[in-house]
Amino acid sequence: MATDTAAAPRRSRLRRRATRLTARDRVAVAVMLGVPLVFVVGLVWLPTLASVYLSFTSWDGIGGLDTISWVGTANYDQIFSIYPPFWPALRHNLIWLVFLAVLPTTFGLLLAYLLDKNLRGTRAYQSIFFLPVVLSLAVVGFIWQLVYAPEQGLINNVLGRTEQGEVINWLGDPSLNLWAVLVAAAWRHAGYIMILYLAGLKSVDPALREAAAIDGASEWYAFRTVVFPALRPINIVVLVVTVIEALRAFDIVFIVNKGRNGLELLSILVYDNIVGEASRIGYGSALAVILLVIALVPIVTFVAHAFGREE
Amino acid sequence: VSVALERPAVRERSRRGIRWPRVGLHLFLAVTAFLWLAPVLWTLYTSLRPFDDTAKHGYVSLPGTINFENYSQAWSQAELPHYFVNSLIITLPAVFLTLLFASMVAFVVARLSFRFNVAMLILFMAANLLPQQVLLVPLYRLYLDLPLPEWLSDSGRFYDSYIGLIAINVAFQTGFCTFVLANYMKTIPASLGDAARVDGAGVVRQFFGVVLPLCRPALAALATLEFTWIYNDFLWAVVLVQSGDKRPITSALANLQGAYFTNFNLLAAGAMLAAIPTLIVFALLQRHFISGLTLGASKG
Repeated sequence: MATDTAAAPRRSRLRRRATRLTARDRVAVAVMLGVPLVFVVGLVWLPTLASVYLSFTSWDGIGGLDTISWVGTANYDQIFSIYPPFWPALRHNLIWLVFLAVLPTTFGLLLAYLLDKNLRGTRAYQSIFFLPVVLSLAVVGFIWQLVYAPEQGLINNVLGRTEQGEVINWLGDPSLNLWAVLVAAAWRHAGYIMILYLAGLKSVDPALREAAAIDGASEWYAFRTVVFPALRPINIVVLVVTVIEALRAFDIVFIVNKGRNGLELLSILVYDNIVGEASRIGYGSALAVILLVIALVPIVTFVAHAFGREE
Repeated sequence: VSVALERPAVRERSRRGIRWPRVGLHLFLAVTAFLWLAPVLWTLYTSLRPFDDTAKHGYVSLPGTINFENYSQAWSQAELPHYFVNSLIITLPAVFLTLLFASMVAFVVARLSFRFNVAMLILFMAANLLPQQVLLVPLYRLYLDLPLPEWLSDSGRFYDSYIGLIAINVAFQTGFCTFVLANYMKTIPASLGDAARVDGAGVVRQFFGVVLPLCRPALAALATLEFTWIYNDFLWAVVLVQSGDKRPITSALANLQGAYFTNFNLLAAGAMLAAIPTLIVFALLQRHFISGLTLGASKG
């Protein structure tokens, strides 16, 4: 066995070629790859494929697998035409996405840019903006419930609108609650984005900025033409993170009112169709597949970005 | 040269007096930071005031009394210790297994040359990018049917068991850690592995003896990050655990909301208690957490 491995260094210049392994090593590699593969394929990829299959079927989820019947695109037809919460949910997800991408993402970049200037107290500021990132979305939901509560909440008390008839029902009013919840989500998202951009800014070549400063460029001009383009790799990661966060949105809304009355989201509808009383597996799966199709855009973008150079 | 030129200029300017743009910047940051903390401070403040006090004076008022009564009430009445133990039973093994699996896969992919390396890495990484709901429906059904021996799960199946929750957290999180660790391991010189190979070290000894010890910084960062993420998980526990008493604390709070946390003061105390482990991470392990996040964002 030892002689076999000893041959490896001679081949090390040809690293692209397959590594030669002894029989024992081959078993080791098989275990090292095989066990994690069972988990990831068995619990993530097979269920994902099953979602795609089940989305074309009708099943109550109670009877055995032989009670699954193929219905073609009937689930999709119904979702697009007569399922009342679908279009609002899709719209809310898109609003969520655009909102996160525009406000907290830009704000996170602004904070990162300002805090990158080595101000006095910059570490303290960083910590404060970063605090919500470690909190679970569920706890974020609880905290903001206390902020938004109609009579006892912070905001209405500060605004002086706690009297009957004057109360603003931030989380109960269907024309307001989505925005109220988005502020809570943004509170957490901005800190996350700030951290990513801070790391990105550290890696921007200082010589580039100096050159711009010597040329007498204004700060905004230098940022636009020198700093921001140099942040391109981070921009892609930020975009992917933002889209995926928007598609995953679930916890805060679930805590607030289980995703009803103005807070419908695709993720909530999937949940409703499996756990609710009428468990409609085909329906839930079709909704999941719609979510998957949207999610493929950022996933493919990220994979292409992360692995592009290696191909 | 430029540094030597700049220094006296800066000193001169600061001697000349206040620089207004800097003051404006600090003012902006200070106000924003205060607004940022306000929701947490508000929760903390509410949690420290007895219900009677707020009922009498209103929630926005100077306190008559400040104490930890809400905390002790939430702690004992809602049986929070029990849920904390659940969280630990689930989170600690899940973090350990995630890191073990991820480092094994990363080692094979990054340190040994196979033709399918990139495809393998994509398979793991992409799994972590899916919205959880995409796999939720079949997973739920799978968990209902997948048996477990009685001594591992009193429900006799993956559904409603600690093992089931650990398994899905591991499966879902392994991809991210694999990606980070593979990038990290690629930066370790190949000569180190070659040297071990000349000494007759097999794959297992190279992994545990050479590569893994060198990954300690990345592993510490990922352990912090994954502890926080798995502890914070809400969805898996809400869907895959039926009995309230098996839920980890984060998702248990949602159940307790109506039954035990009958007023805002108690709810605030419960939320603060549930946040304590993550606040410890914030206070003590912030650097690790941040470096874990940024390791994941940088391209190897």
